[in-house]
Amino acid sequence: MSANLSEGSSLSVLNVRKDFPAPDNANIHTLALAGVTLSLAAGELVSLVGPSGCGKSTLLRLIAGLDSPNSGELWIDDVPITAPSAERGLVFQDPNLFPWLTVRRNIQAGLVARGVLHEKRHEVDEFMRLVGLEAFANALPHHLSGGMAQRVALARALVIMTPSPGRIERTIHVALDRPRQRSSPEFLRLRGEILELLHFAGNATRDRSPGVGDSSSGQNQKPPEDAKPEEPDLAPRYTESRAVRSPAPPSEPLDAQVIIIGGGPAGSSLGA
Amino acid sequence: MKTSLQETNDPARMGEEEMAGAANIGSPAAARVRVRTLLAVPVAASVALVVHLLVSKEQPETQSYSIFLCIILGSAIVAAAVQSFSSHLRRWLRHMCPIIAGAVSLSCLWEVITSGLRLLPLPYFPGPAGVLQSLIDDRASLLDSAWNSLQLLLAGYALGVAVALVTGVCIGWFNQARYWGMPLLKVVGPIPATAWIPLAMVLSPSPGLSAVGIIALAVWFPVTMLTASGISNTRASYLDVARTLGAREAYLVLRVAIPAAMPSIFIGLFMGLGAAFLTLVVAETVGVKSGLGWYVAWKQGWAEYGKVYAALVIMAAFFSTIMSLLFKVRDRVLAWQKGVIKW
Repeated sequence: MSANLSEGSSLSVLNVRKDFPAPDNANIHTLALAGVTLSLAAGELVSLVGPSGCGKSTLLRLIAGLDSPNSGELWIDDVPITAPSAERGLVFQDPNLFPWLTVRRNIQAGLVARGVLHEKRHEVDEFMRLVGLEAFANALPHHLSGGMAQRVALARALVIMTPSPGRIERTIHVALDRPRQRSSPEFLRLRGEILELLHFAGNATRDRSPGVGDSSSGQNQKPPEDAKPEEPDLAPRYTESRAVRSPAPPSEPLDAQVIIIGGGPAGSSLGA
Repeated sequence: MKTSLQETNDPARMGEEEMAGAANIGSPAAARVRVRTLLAVPVAASVALVVHLLVSKEQPETQSYSIFLCIILGSAIVAAAVQSFSSHLRRWLRHMCPIIAGAVSLSCLWEVITSGLRLLPLPYFPGPAGVLQSLIDDRASLLDSAWNSLQLLLAGYALGVAVALVTGVCIGWFNQARYWGMPLLKVVGPIPATAWIPLAMVLSPSPGLSAVGIIALAVWFPVTMLTASGISNTRASYLDVARTLGAREAYLVLRVAIPAAMPSIFIGLFMGLGAAFLTLVVAETVGVKSGLGWYVAWKQGWAEYGKVYAALVIMAAFFSTIMSLLFKVRDRVLAWQKGVIKW
């Protein structure tokens, strides 16, 4: 296990602040994150839990490099995060498949974008098999169900960073087939290779793992009053995000937004 | 409703199901409808033929119209006889018979009003027989004009689209290009392209070249506008996904923004094609000494209105063919949209 752990990358978030100008008035800013400090060792699994609108997605977007903070720093090992990188895969809550590409071409998209398709073409087939969609290789996204689309999105995010499909196979088994099984050997191996940050949809806060939550992180000075009107009972109970260091695999991971931070040798060589 | 849906989805299987359905239910109502549909064209053609013979017995040069009606009558009867062997033909007949019968009836009505009752002044409103005769007599000249129009149209349209795609993508993607290009587009674009004709004729070495330039300008505005708006409205999440997959800007533009903008680009292409038709005909009428627009103006000058209408018939066929070709291209390129958006 320790050998595996050394292959991951560690993540540091230092005193990060992020606010957004109001859409109708640039002088009014809504604070999304303030004073967020978080550090994750290689192989650690952390769940970010909190009500809608408390800044979970903002933090994930900062870690992915899609946004930059107003102040504070984000580091992967000793490299600051300044832009998106294929070493940090992000599986969005909405699958966001490119509707004009078939399933195969969607999974290939990252490889094409980085010009490595010819080297890793065989892995695309492997991934389609792993997520159980080989029969749908040439289907267009609008033919897929929501769960199938999310599996394609997972394969698309993983194919660009995997050291080898064999190792990731166990990841996908955990993610797809046995989401609630705790501390399975497969999952421990997965933790050796990949850091995951999970952001749960609102109702996941109810069944978060008890007894954890040792590291507080996000703060929300201005919780939106009308957050998630369809779940009014949740908003008053949690007004800030918590980072949950969970020994267990996340429940319903495919409904969540996932960041996969891969720092394996193959991943590093690809992310030029 | 259900059958018509299936018909569009799977024509081949629909034929079989329909046969099975007819055999099982044996509905006499359905059979009667089919017979009535099949009879529509022969009846309409016969009536038109009788009307024509009554109206024009003293005019021997209108023989070609009689032959034309006889051909319609004959092929309708043959098709009605053969339809039981081919489900494709049957479906085509069911769809087309009413509209063909309507067209034949309309031309019969036209003949009654013009040649029969002489309600309209004759040099300006010839009957269908006269128009058909003009079409046949002057076919070489008409074909030549259509060919010249096609060349002008394609050259101008291709040039306009090529330039417009580049400018549209730039304006839609780059902020600097948007800042400088958008005002130009907003000020210059709405000027009708035909208003540039006098200037173009002065500037250009040849009338043909000026017409190509004017058509290109007419196409350029709508295609640029809709390309730019399609590009700038690309869903941000598609771009986010591509960025997290390690995409660089070239990939974001060429593989994400442009495909995402395709539906909008095609609306621009259709609008541009309409503008190109209009500009082509005006340019040919005013400056260029060839083409269908020129032919119409020329024959109108000689008061040969039969040939004017013949040219209009050719124009209708010509332009609608090009339009449906563009629809075919769109259906292929935007196949991924089926079931997502309908327009």
